[in-house]
Amino acid sequence: MSAIVSPIREPLVTGGKTYHQITEDLISPTEKTPTKSWVIGLILSVMVFSFGAFSILWTIWIGIGSWDLNRTIGWGWDITNFVWWIGIGHAGTLISAILLLFRQKWRTGVNRAAEAMTIFAVMCAGLFPVIHMGRVWLAMFIFPYVNTRGPLWPNFNSPLLWDVFAISTYFTVSLLFWYTGLVPDFATIRDRATGIRKKIYNFLSFGWTGSAKHWQRWESLSLILAGIATPLVLSVHTIVSFDFATSVIPGWHTTIFPPYFVAGAIFSGFAMVLTLMLITRKLLKLEDYITLEHIESMNKVILATGSIVGVAYLTELFISWYSGYIYEQFAFFNRALGPYWWSYFGMMFCNVVSPQFFWSKNLRRNVMFTFFMSIFINIGMWFERFVIIATTLARDYLPSSWSYYSPTWVEIGIFVGTMGLFFVLYLVFTRVAPVVAVAEIKSILKSSGDQYAGKNAHAHHDAHSDAH
Amino acid sequence: MANKNMDVIYGLYDDEEVMMKAVAQAKKDHLDILDVYTPFPVHGLDPILGLEESRLHIVGFVFGSLGTLTAFLGMTWVFTKDWPIIFGGKPYWSVPAFIPITFELTVLFAAIGMVVTFYTICGMGPGVTNAYLDDRITDDKFCIAFNKANVDSSAVESFFTSTGASEVNQKSI
Repeated sequence: MSAIVSPIREPLVTGGKTYHQITEDLISPTEKTPTKSWVIGLILSVMVFSFGAFSILWTIWIGIGSWDLNRTIGWGWDITNFVWWIGIGHAGTLISAILLLFRQKWRTGVNRAAEAMTIFAVMCAGLFPVIHMGRVWLAMFIFPYVNTRGPLWPNFNSPLLWDVFAISTYFTVSLLFWYTGLVPDFATIRDRATGIRKKIYNFLSFGWTGSAKHWQRWESLSLILAGIATPLVLSVHTIVSFDFATSVIPGWHTTIFPPYFVAGAIFSGFAMVLTLMLITRKLLKLEDYITLEHIESMNKVILATGSIVGVAYLTELFISWYSGYIYEQFAFFNRALGPYWWSYFGMMFCNVVSPQFFWSKNLRRNVMFTFFMSIFINIGMWFERFVIIATTLARDYLPSSWSYYSPTWVEIGIFVGTMGLFFVLYLVFTRVAPVVAVAEIKSILKSSGDQYAGKNAHAHHDAHSDAH
Repeated sequence: MANKNMDVIYGLYDDEEVMMKAVAQAKKDHLDILDVYTPFPVHGLDPILGLEESRLHIVGFVFGSLGTLTAFLGMTWVFTKDWPIIFGGKPYWSVPAFIPITFELTVLFAAIGMVVTFYTICGMGPGVTNAYLDDRITDDKFCIAFNKANVDSSAVESFFTSTGASEVNQKSI
């Protein structure tokens, strides 16, 4: 308990909450009738998702020919969207795992929703490579199982297969981590519920009792899962970058890709966390749990990772010039000033220029500004993947096969549809589970609640510091 | 964990620090605590209660090692014995290319192994209902429970009053 907290640290839970008030504030959104804005949001999301599902069925029925991909440009919006969604997922693991290892207490306000976002984003991401295969009914061929074709095995030396392992492992571990964290909170809902809800939450809470030994094991499990999820999350985007970096295409064949992709993933993921959390915070009135301090901390991460991404872009340009290799030089000249110049400048503006505003403390703590920035960054990071994929392929070694690509309505439909899927899942999540980790907030109350820490703290520090 | 048909006497505390002092007092008085239930992990409670460190990390290591071996030996067998193929002029047994999948399966096995072990040893799982003493334990009450058969009831009741329990109840679980 009597954790030493610096008096200059800002409180992370405001409003002088008691344990019971925390339960009330965080559990009650799952108990009330849905609000009108929630229902409208769900209907819109379901409509958008339905259009996506229709576009997917269209692709499967007609074939990949319904997309604008051609012999020169074999990867377009599909792989762009795949990398974009996977990147978004990374912030959830960073918040839940890496910040746990670093003992960053502000993670407790946002970790639950960020982990949910990770799981939903990885689900959206996983759709794209599967659809991209063309014959989706043979998708299980990518897994090494004993089969009647030899048995014929997949190529374990291929980065595309590494991706299959990385993403399925990432999804599984994130889901286990998230659900184990949810179990005690489901028990809290169970103990307040009656009737059919009690039965459902009794099932979901797995028979949780709150025994001291269970809590000890639970914390031990969380810590070790965090310890293995940390290299896992770094490996996932590293392997995604290998899809490009191990090829022989100028503009892709670069050793800078793994760290650059990981930084970009965290950058875009935090932007999506902010987009979601700023809306959730407002609608569920969670201002006492997701404070300006939380938002500022996340904006600092955005500034740091955005700057790393910026340095990576400039390093790429410098190295291509310095290499003295004309194909490499052309690839980057073409990337910046070729037919897709607009996407390059969109990327540069959104990812490199715009985060620099966050050097200002006032802007880091400005909710509206942060919200707009988070949208900008989401767009910018989508452009980054499009720039890497489409602009590079459009101008390959052979000028006679140079081509241009723009998506058909089917490709746009699938992308928009995954947004619909993402928001459907997120909206349902906000109804069935507490969006802020209840037990974890209670565990930091005495070190970070505003009646105990910060400049407005009451003077009863002494009363509980002699607990030992 | 909980034996069937056990009479439990338990006290509820409003604050974890008061509860921790009470646990220390109970240890001093040689009262045999059945269990302590809290709404969140209370740090510093384990040594007072005399709980040993969890050994889940060993489970994680064992399952992780199993994953490492499964992946590495599996790929080795496939590419050197079962169906050797030359990819890009590389040797059949191209160890560096096996590293990513070996790493992923290490993490996957460790995570699944630890989570399944955690729920098993805690007696938890989908559809399991364990008896619990009070609905408010998952809200804001900290509970110390005694098995009535193992303690002197009057001593326990005076213990609860003297250590500041806000409520004392009995329940058969």
